[in-house]
Amino acid sequence: MSSDFLLQALIYLTAAIFCVPIAKKLGLSSVLGYLLSGIIIGPFVLGFIGKEGEDIMHAAEFGVVMMLFIIGLELEPKKFWEMRKAIVGLGTMQMIFTILLLSIIFIVIGWQWQMSVAAAMALAMSSTAIVLQTLKEKGLTKTIAGESSFAVLLFQDIAVIPILALLPLLAVNSVDTTIEHQSLLTNLPRFLQAIVVLVAVASIYFAGKYLVVPVLRLVAKTNLRELFTASSLLLVIAVAYIMQTVGLSPALGTFIAGVVLANSEFRHELESDIEPFKGLLLGLFFVGVGATIDFHLLIESPLYIIMLLGIILFVKMCVLFIIGKFYKLSIDQNFLFTFGLSQVGEFAFVLLSFSEQLEILNSEWSGKLMAVTAFTMMTTPLLLLFNERVIDPYFGIKNSKEEKEPDIIDVHHKVIIAGFGHFGSTIGRLLRASGIEATILDNDSDRVELLRKMGFKVYYGDATRLDLLKSAGADEATLFIAAIDSPEINRQLVQELTSHFPKLKILSRARNRMDAYDLMDMGVKNIYRETLYTAVHLGIDALTQLGFRKYSATRLGQKFIHYDEAALKKLGALRHDQKEYVLNVKQEIELQEQLLQNDLHQNLTATDHSWDSEYMREQFTKK
Amino acid sequence: MPNKILYLFAHPLFEKSRINKTFIKEIKNHHHIHFHDLYELYPDFNIDIEHEKGLLLKHNTIIWHHPFYWYSCPPLLKQWIDMVLEVGWAYGPGGTALQGKKVLQVISTGGPETAYHHEGYNHYTIREFLAPFERTVALCNMHYLPPFVTHGTHRLTDKELHQQTEQFKKIIDIIVDETFDLTSIQKYSYINEIVKNNE
Repeated sequence: MSSDFLLQALIYLTAAIFCVPIAKKLGLSSVLGYLLSGIIIGPFVLGFIGKEGEDIMHAAEFGVVMMLFIIGLELEPKKFWEMRKAIVGLGTMQMIFTILLLSIIFIVIGWQWQMSVAAAMALAMSSTAIVLQTLKEKGLTKTIAGESSFAVLLFQDIAVIPILALLPLLAVNSVDTTIEHQSLLTNLPRFLQAIVVLVAVASIYFAGKYLVVPVLRLVAKTNLRELFTASSLLLVIAVAYIMQTVGLSPALGTFIAGVVLANSEFRHELESDIEPFKGLLLGLFFVGVGATIDFHLLIESPLYIIMLLGIILFVKMCVLFIIGKFYKLSIDQNFLFTFGLSQVGEFAFVLLSFSEQLEILNSEWSGKLMAVTAFTMMTTPLLLLFNERVIDPYFGIKNSKEEKEPDIIDVHHKVIIAGFGHFGSTIGRLLRASGIEATILDNDSDRVELLRKMGFKVYYGDATRLDLLKSAGADEATLFIAAIDSPEINRQLVQELTSHFPKLKILSRARNRMDAYDLMDMGVKNIYRETLYTAVHLGIDALTQLGFRKYSATRLGQKFIHYDEAALKKLGALRHDQKEYVLNVKQEIELQEQLLQNDLHQNLTATDHSWDSEYMREQFTKK
Repeated sequence: MPNKILYLFAHPLFEKSRINKTFIKEIKNHHHIHFHDLYELYPDFNIDIEHEKGLLLKHNTIIWHHPFYWYSCPPLLKQWIDMVLEVGWAYGPGGTALQGKKVLQVISTGGPETAYHHEGYNHYTIREFLAPFERTVALCNMHYLPPFVTHGTHRLTDKELHQQTEQFKKIIDIIVDETFDLTSIQKYSYINEIVKNNE
């Protein structure tokens, strides 16, 4: 048993560690990487795991529960309340229209109506795990499309409950339904059920506020890190268990718990404690999905499966796109929303197997639909990639030209800033305050919209793409400021710039020393380490607090920056000989220490005697 | 062999100074002049002392070019003097590194020449106001040349500016070619007078 477990863990982890970095390297999302690794170790390719993939998936669904807890933590109650209209509006429209259209189509192609409706209800679901993970990875959570997607997903989570209640009504034969979805409530009268549900939600709210926070405070006082982690896990598991017992979605329960705790001082601790578990379990979940895809079904009746896949995706996307239009999403946001939610979600597995137990669906059909569900999950990362590379840039750039042309002739500014987050926007504001208008590249379409309104010249899209750089005027620009938050993307961008626009002067942001070395290797002269200037500034203030005169501390800081930059240049050149580098880092640190200590001991006299009356006395009295 | 000049220029708002822009244009790319724009190099007042000392050693003549603010120089030039002219190096016991070098001050003031007299508005002459600089140079065992002064920059017409620039160029030539006598030049209160006398 235990060696079996170890072997399983070995297989899963190895597959994930191989596939995910490759997927990432190819610019695909990690979700696709996990799915691929699942397929590879699954019964169809290598056959390391068989049917147990499904069990793993059920266990790993807990990752989704944790994810919703974290999302709740990140969403303050006020914000949640503001979203209520979107949740109800977008959510109901998506569910009703999708179910309606799919049911009609299924009936038309000759299915029984009960089967059609049950299948449609299952297939209307989207995958919280895939969508939120992908949005987060791409940094799109805070966009309008991101929030709309979240609203729809949240509504679907809630909708699972009535759907589970409705399915037995569709059953053709009366079946004993005392199966896993049996809960405490089933035997209670309807009104009591409602009361119990309300009480459960209310108790989560009050317990969160008046019980959990004081307990966490106590636990925090023990200063045992692992005890806090255990408490965080206990909290999530307890909430999930309570919700399951009363027949509500555990994900919904933990989400509410998260929202309640979002205002507490433990928000960040809880988040960072749960995060790794969530990540692992979600990864496992995707691997499980990959492993359960039954390719035999595809081989047996490929056309039918592909047709089903096409119909489902098409209907789902049409409904989403029209709702998006109705809710006045801008065109690029709407595409993101549409493609993002196009897949069938993990709840479909639950609903389909429940329908099978109710004999609404036979096992063959439920298998086929489950395979289709897994396939749709595979298509989402690809569709999003298509959207990112083909559709988005087209609309993003086109929009900018359409907006600008009437008033200004397309002037290429002399300065281009890539990345307009906290770092880049500070630069942009300084330039603007000094009367310099820079061209901005950014991939957050909401920010792009805002900046355009503010009269900035903004290009929307992936700054590492050559065509976007060209249309932004990198050929004519004199200065390019690479200020993208992610060091990897920034490096890619600089690589692109140095190979295609050799004349461009590049000023690049670097996270730390290592990034700076990489940039130096590419020939960048002007490198700005985030970790240097602010840190030295803090250090100067620290020295002041410790009794140094401010000006002396400031000069020490200035000198330190000077040394550090000189050391950076020296080491950057030596870096390619790795051995020597290791040696040199050590030496350099020692040197730095020595230099600083020198300054301290001799009050800067080793190299600098300015204003030093003590030194002057020494000079005049020595013989 | 023309001598080499280290041209230390200190102006905190150079881009808005008409006269200084005109002057600097003339000397910036001069073959024998090392132009050294202090406010451009050390915006944070963190002067690289060793670098400055090295430059001083390589040149025979040093020019301090600055606007005449509050009867003195802008703060960065004072910072430069404070930091670079170290005891034991430039002055004091063993401080002989700069011995025998020549220093010329090039200044511009808004007030007319007549204001800088004992009976005038400012009560003192330019040379009296510049005494600290003259003494600093002397303390470092260097020779202080009479300064090149441009008066009344507030009301300078284009024609006057042109004349003044021509004068400035001639003085620079004289300094570069060293066609002056160290002792006899001391009779002038402004070095401008050499050219005026020649005209």
